[in-house]
Amino acid sequence: MRWLVELYRSTIGKKIIMAVTGLIGIAFVFLHMVGNLQVFIGQNKFDAYAALLHGPLAELLWVARAVLIAAVLLHVLMAWQLTRRARAARPVDYRMREAQVSTLASRTMRWGGVLLLVFIVFHILHFTVGAIDPAGVFHDTDALGRHDIYGDVVASFRIWWVSGFYLLAMAFLGLHLFHGAWSSLRTLGVARPSDHPLHRRIAAAVAIAVWLGFTLVPLGVIAGIVH
Amino acid sequence: MNLTLHVWRQPAAGAAGKFERYEARDVSPEMSFLEMLDVVNEGLIAAGQAPIAFDHDCREGICGMCGMMISGAAHGPMKMTTTCQLHMRSFKDGDELWLEPWRARAFTVVRDLVVDRSAFDRIIQAGGFVSVNTGSPQDANAIPIGKQEADEAMDAAACIGCGACVAACPNGSASLFTAAKISHLGLLPQGQPERYRRALRMVAQMDLEHFGGCTLFGECQEACPKGISIDFIARMNRDYLRAAATAREERAVGGTG
Repeated sequence: MRWLVELYRSTIGKKIIMAVTGLIGIAFVFLHMVGNLQVFIGQNKFDAYAALLHGPLAELLWVARAVLIAAVLLHVLMAWQLTRRARAARPVDYRMREAQVSTLASRTMRWGGVLLLVFIVFHILHFTVGAIDPAGVFHDTDALGRHDIYGDVVASFRIWWVSGFYLLAMAFLGLHLFHGAWSSLRTLGVARPSDHPLHRRIAAAVAIAVWLGFTLVPLGVIAGIVH
Repeated sequence: MNLTLHVWRQPAAGAAGKFERYEARDVSPEMSFLEMLDVVNEGLIAAGQAPIAFDHDCREGICGMCGMMISGAAHGPMKMTTTCQLHMRSFKDGDELWLEPWRARAFTVVRDLVVDRSAFDRIIQAGGFVSVNTGSPQDANAIPIGKQEADEAMDAAACIGCGACVAACPNGSASLFTAAKISHLGLLPQGQPERYRRALRMVAQMDLEHFGGCTLFGECQEACPKGISIDFIARMNRDYLRAAATAREERAVGGTG
């Protein structure tokens, strides 16, 4: 087991943990995004989907939650340690250092990540736990007596600051994935060598798909398509 | 042309430093950047002041000694060019330039723009070699090497160890340097016997020297005067992961004599 401890203690090992937990996150947000789009089919379908996750699939849901919580904790812990290490690596900063090729996405990984962590906590307290209930409809049920998550989504996104915060967070999620989906595979050493290693078509497609998919829901509510 | 220089002046390693302003008058566009500094220094010496200390040796872009941050860019504004091969025609009359040493915890300032890069030497000592008996060279074609592999190995071997990758990296990471040194041997048949041990040891030494971790900003590749690709970092990580997962603990084997 000593090799595992040494791997964990190395900077590359920590980056590998960030990459693996990040890829777990990407897989999750993609499925979550696809699930959310059912809101456009209608209240019945959306509440039935929620009832399916919480009823027959409840055990599976908890396994997924356990994996996701562990992934987020490890991702944040590694980011914290590596950020501290990076700061310590340059105790005297430059008077002037111009970014040459680094993307906005790569430069916002740390603060954008903090914003996403705040968002995740808010989002769980909002739609999962109901401790934050800006629309005051969390405990409502639909015509079939199911938890009316559809009604909660519609009522919540009609509140300007709720939809505003979600739209902002999803923009940062898109940026985070634009760098993360590309860099994680390079960190793991599975990316093919390229004449233009900074180009990233697949990561761009993943980032845009996830950002757009999530953003369409509050926009649909604001536009009155989802009501 | 006339330029204004703001140069980091620091008398010794532990001493406090600050920027000093100098005017560089009648600079020819045909001068190299270091020749321009030579002229400024002659003026300083004539005026009884200490000349600006900067590292240099071959002045033909192949030794890796020179290097400084020129207005926020490692080795200045020209791509794939060392500071000595940068010419004043890259600047225009009236430009104001900020000259700073490479900044990293591992690269302590020796004086002015000179930094101590012996951390790189220790990374090489940790595994950047092949253990073979020296003697009369064998025939050049005794070991067949594919063209692709030979080219890739040469691309990595182009690293001159100048330190621009560390200097340009927002994390102060030495990943591009270490990756290039691991890869140029690891791609060749002669490097195979020690390939995984080399990856383990050089990465361990890189971490010991207090360099930051790599987050693939890509700034190193852009700053590198030899254009070394960040693809080598992916290759280093692959070798390192495989080495960590499969390497046996080192122990004495065979008779004790």
